[in-house]
Amino acid sequence: MPHILAERLSIAFPLYHVGARSLKKRLLSATPLRLRTDDSNRVVVAALNELTFSIQSGERVALVGRNGAGKSTLLRTLAGVFEPVAGRLEIAGSIGSLIDPAAGMDLNATGRENILLSGLFRGLDDKACAVMAEEVGAFSGLGEFLDVPVRSYSAGMQVRLSFAMATVNQPDVLLMDEWFSAGDADFMARADKRLEEMVQQAEILVLASHNMRAVRAWCTRAIRLEGGRIVEDGPVEQVIGKL
Amino acid sequence: MSLARFKDAQAKPLLVSDAQNPRRTFRALEDMGLAFSRWRLPMALAMLDIRNRYRGSVLGPMWLTLSTVITFVALGLLYSTLFKMELHDYLPFLVVSMILWNVLSQVVSEATAALTAAEGIIRQMPLPYTVHVLRCLIRNAVVAAHSLPLILVVFWLFDTVPGLGALMALPGLVLFCLNAFAAVMFLGMLCARFRDIGPIVATVMQLAFFISPVIWKPELLGPQQYLLVLNPFYDLMEVVRGPLLGAPPSWPIWAAAMLFTAMNCAMSFVFFVRFRSRIAFWV
Repeated sequence: MPHILAERLSIAFPLYHVGARSLKKRLLSATPLRLRTDDSNRVVVAALNELTFSIQSGERVALVGRNGAGKSTLLRTLAGVFEPVAGRLEIAGSIGSLIDPAAGMDLNATGRENILLSGLFRGLDDKACAVMAEEVGAFSGLGEFLDVPVRSYSAGMQVRLSFAMATVNQPDVLLMDEWFSAGDADFMARADKRLEEMVQQAEILVLASHNMRAVRAWCTRAIRLEGGRIVEDGPVEQVIGKL
Repeated sequence: MSLARFKDAQAKPLLVSDAQNPRRTFRALEDMGLAFSRWRLPMALAMLDIRNRYRGSVLGPMWLTLSTVITFVALGLLYSTLFKMELHDYLPFLVVSMILWNVLSQVVSEATAALTAAEGIIRQMPLPYTVHVLRCLIRNAVVAAHSLPLILVVFWLFDTVPGLGALMALPGLVLFCLNAFAAVMFLGMLCARFRDIGPIVATVMQLAFFISPVIWKPELLGPQQYLLVLNPFYDLMEVVRGPLLGAPPSWPIWAAAMLFTAMNCAMSFVFFVRFRSRIAFWV
């Protein structure tokens, strides 16, 4: 059964390429919450601090909190981009992330080439890539523009393509960052419908969002992050009702 | 519309990462294994890189071949007069040397950006890091392949086509590639962490060009020639160049090349095992 289990999960970013020395001086004068220096005297951002939670199959979880609370970092960690610096993370089930739909897109390549590339990024074989290209091409409604470099697309067309590419697979565990679909009204309606389908078919949804309407509509449970820590975890109404 | 058709092949059924028990060696090997088994991805990325680099250009990567030809003609004429050598002896040597050196220095200089250039991918999706190493290697191999026919042309022009002994260049080429792989992995990581390494590497390579026998023949060193074996660039070039020029390298050179390869690979592997999980934070 798909599930997510985090025990004292921590992520800390060392700040490598900033003027660490002047930053350190400032740190000494203030009492910082997230910035600290580690054993080897580097300035470190404690992005996530000892998170412990478990998400079972069937749960729809919203990550809420202010900007910089650690929502996106947590999503990326769940996606496998960052490995925990401390603690343990266990995820069962195939993971699909709608974090940055344009990731890995090559603007000089055509739409079709980008679809094939995204198939390769997912480890699909030639046949599956070809099927995927058909499906994505049809859903995006780009028609003849599919064989034109993405660079020459309008913003709306780029969104259509990246949306169609990102949502072509159905994962068990769906990780979603808040993102906005542009495009015309017709496409938006189709996009919303597809997202809803994906969310419904996924065993687990983790959604990072500021949009409380989406949270209320899709989620059953909310985790409120503040300064990289979990401050509240419970049913949606209980957590966001106070906001 | 059926969405369930595409299960991500990369999504493992169970993903466990435990900072207490990181299983670093296992995960490093898994990273490499996965990247090699999905070689079509780095291949596609490398091809796109090349296409983008020469977009709109009529000759494309053939420009490299052309500029190499011009360099050869000019240098060959100049140096054969300067060093008082027969063009017939010197030019085939120069051509093979320069092509090998160009490949070597190009790989090293692109290695410094192998991971940092992939930042957009590394920070957005989980992929084996070795994919970016292979991408850099394949890209360079394809570019290098554009200059290789030049060697044949020169051999034919000067009637110095080597015999079967030239096949010994193949094991040399294997050593060459192993070193390239190790170097790209090591430098890619090092340069992601320390941004000053890139310029340092460029300086070192410049120096290495002059102290290695690329445009001058090793014989010019006279009795001190045996010291060249300590120069890893020389050893690695010589195991490919020697057989092609009909002068098989002596065994100390082979031994030194193999020793250096082993050291290079070991160092890169240890570094990769230890710091693989930090790459996403570095780029």
